[in-house]
Amino acid sequence: MDLLLGGVRQAVALLLAGDGETWAILWLSLVVSGSATLISLAMGIPAGTALALVRFPGRGLVVSAVNAGMGLPPVVVGLLVTLVLWRSGPLGGLELLYTPAAIILAQVVIAAPIVAGMTLAAVQQIPREFRLQLLALGASRVQMVWVVLREARLPMLAAVMAGFGGVISEIGASLMVGGNIKGQTRTLTTAMVLETGKGNFDVAIALSILLLVLVFLVNWALTGIQQRGTGP
Amino acid sequence: MAPTVLELAGVRVSYAATDALDVPALEVREGEVLAIIGPNGSGKSTLLRVLGLLERPTRGTVSFRGRVVDAAGALAARRRMAVVFQQPLLADMTVAGNATLGLSFRGVTADECESRLGRWLERLNIAPLRDQRARTLSGGEAQRVALARALVLEPDVLLLDEPFSGLDEPSRAALLPDLAAILRADRVTTVLVSHDRGEALALADRVAVLMGGRIRQLDETARVFHAPVSEEVARFVGVETLVTGRVLSREAGLTVVDVAGRKLEIAAAARPGEEVRLGIRPEDVTLMLPTETIPLSSARNQLGGTIARVVPSTPGTRVVVDVGFPLVATVTARSVADLGLAEGVTITAVFKASAAHLVGPRSLVAGSARPP
Repeated sequence: MDLLLGGVRQAVALLLAGDGETWAILWLSLVVSGSATLISLAMGIPAGTALALVRFPGRGLVVSAVNAGMGLPPVVVGLLVTLVLWRSGPLGGLELLYTPAAIILAQVVIAAPIVAGMTLAAVQQIPREFRLQLLALGASRVQMVWVVLREARLPMLAAVMAGFGGVISEIGASLMVGGNIKGQTRTLTTAMVLETGKGNFDVAIALSILLLVLVFLVNWALTGIQQRGTGP
Repeated sequence: MAPTVLELAGVRVSYAATDALDVPALEVREGEVLAIIGPNGSGKSTLLRVLGLLERPTRGTVSFRGRVVDAAGALAARRRMAVVFQQPLLADMTVAGNATLGLSFRGVTADECESRLGRWLERLNIAPLRDQRARTLSGGEAQRVALARALVLEPDVLLLDEPFSGLDEPSRAALLPDLAAILRADRVTTVLVSHDRGEALALADRVAVLMGGRIRQLDETARVFHAPVSEEVARFVGVETLVTGRVLSREAGLTVVDVAGRKLEIAAAARPGEEVRLGIRPEDVTLMLPTETIPLSSARNQLGGTIARVVPSTPGTRVVVDVGFPLVATVTARSVADLGLAEGVTITAVFKASAAHLVGPRSLVAGSARPP
């Protein structure tokens, strides 16, 4: 108990002191996971929408693959991305391994199926008749999709939260493809593993407080958007 | 004759090799209300979707204002129509937002939106609901918003797919006359799909009876309801008395038909000796107590009998009188009380010669043939 309380006290002191390295780690985590989430949205929303609205042969298989992808273990993604980016791998020439870009890539692989799968579910729960009604009011296909997405905005924002929450807190992939290099690819989670291993519990606790606050603030903001004007 | 707005030619819709719809020809004329009635599963909604360019027929064409609509012109043609379905299907926004949805698809200016919105919310008696969120509305209010959303587009053709079926009776009873008044005042070209013949009677200029994906009869409303071309149609449009008789004579514009030993006088022409089917609508039959002297009247048929059954229902009470054959009349609950109508009571059933119609394809021939 003392260990915990003492750790928390030291952690708060550490944060208040405004340690430059801690803030750099926080900033990197936010940029990397934020970018990965945005890219995942850009890919996952159109893909999920198309899967929900378009019928084509083999669709069932693709939907199953997306749903399975929602549960991809980050370490497996880390291994795959490492192999792809390895010097002798298919994208080795880009020399991205152990850079923030590599972490973003891995996190996109993790988050894109989550966003696509949740978008698919969100769009599918809008009745077919509603889409027909929009067309019957003179909507073009693009206008129809736009109103349908607007109608599905509550579960869609849940998709954003799930995507961001999934990547900001994952560790396996970040560690494998980022390398936890101080000042370059060290994120909140990889730093925590390191500090905990070294027995620096106060730093680890400070980082975990930062991570929790960050996750809370982002979800608070998204919930604010989600629940706006949805009173009973 | 009014010009044709919407026209189907050789339309077939097949699902899994069976024809759900087979309509060789159908015209919707400018300014008319055309009702498409038929039992559930007869293909009415499919027909409406084809007319609204929401479903491409397996075969055949849809023409809008004389021009066959192809894939390239579908959106433009669709934007000159508006559809209201059974469910209001409102988006999760305010009443105003919902009602102007179609206008926003068409890029109509904010000023124009505003003036049309105000006008139509007013006409549908939902102006106070303007800023309310759609999901807080009652069923009747929501359907009014759905109608406003369609009418605000001032469409060339308004397509209504069972717009009253999802409503409770008081809401339906309030909305039907309001819509009827608007359609009559503006002469909105309308296609109304319904399984309810009362709605067709209240709104339609012409009625098409759809059964098994085929149009069995298409005619002016009164003719469909009084002179159905087949027994199937007759039963559906509510001709409850259907009997077989033999023509005894035809003179002075009256045909005398023997039905179960009773001599009926009918206006329709038929040849003596011929076997005919007669249909009589229950609301055309009047019941009188035989104790009173029956006054001389123009009603040619006065048949005594006993009441076999009294069935209370809406809008009137059905009374089945055994006059040698079962003759069905509808009367008000008030009349049931005043006349003491009950099973076993002796009664006189009266109807005009023009109330009894020949049913079946034969009646078309008889209508044009000169009596001997």
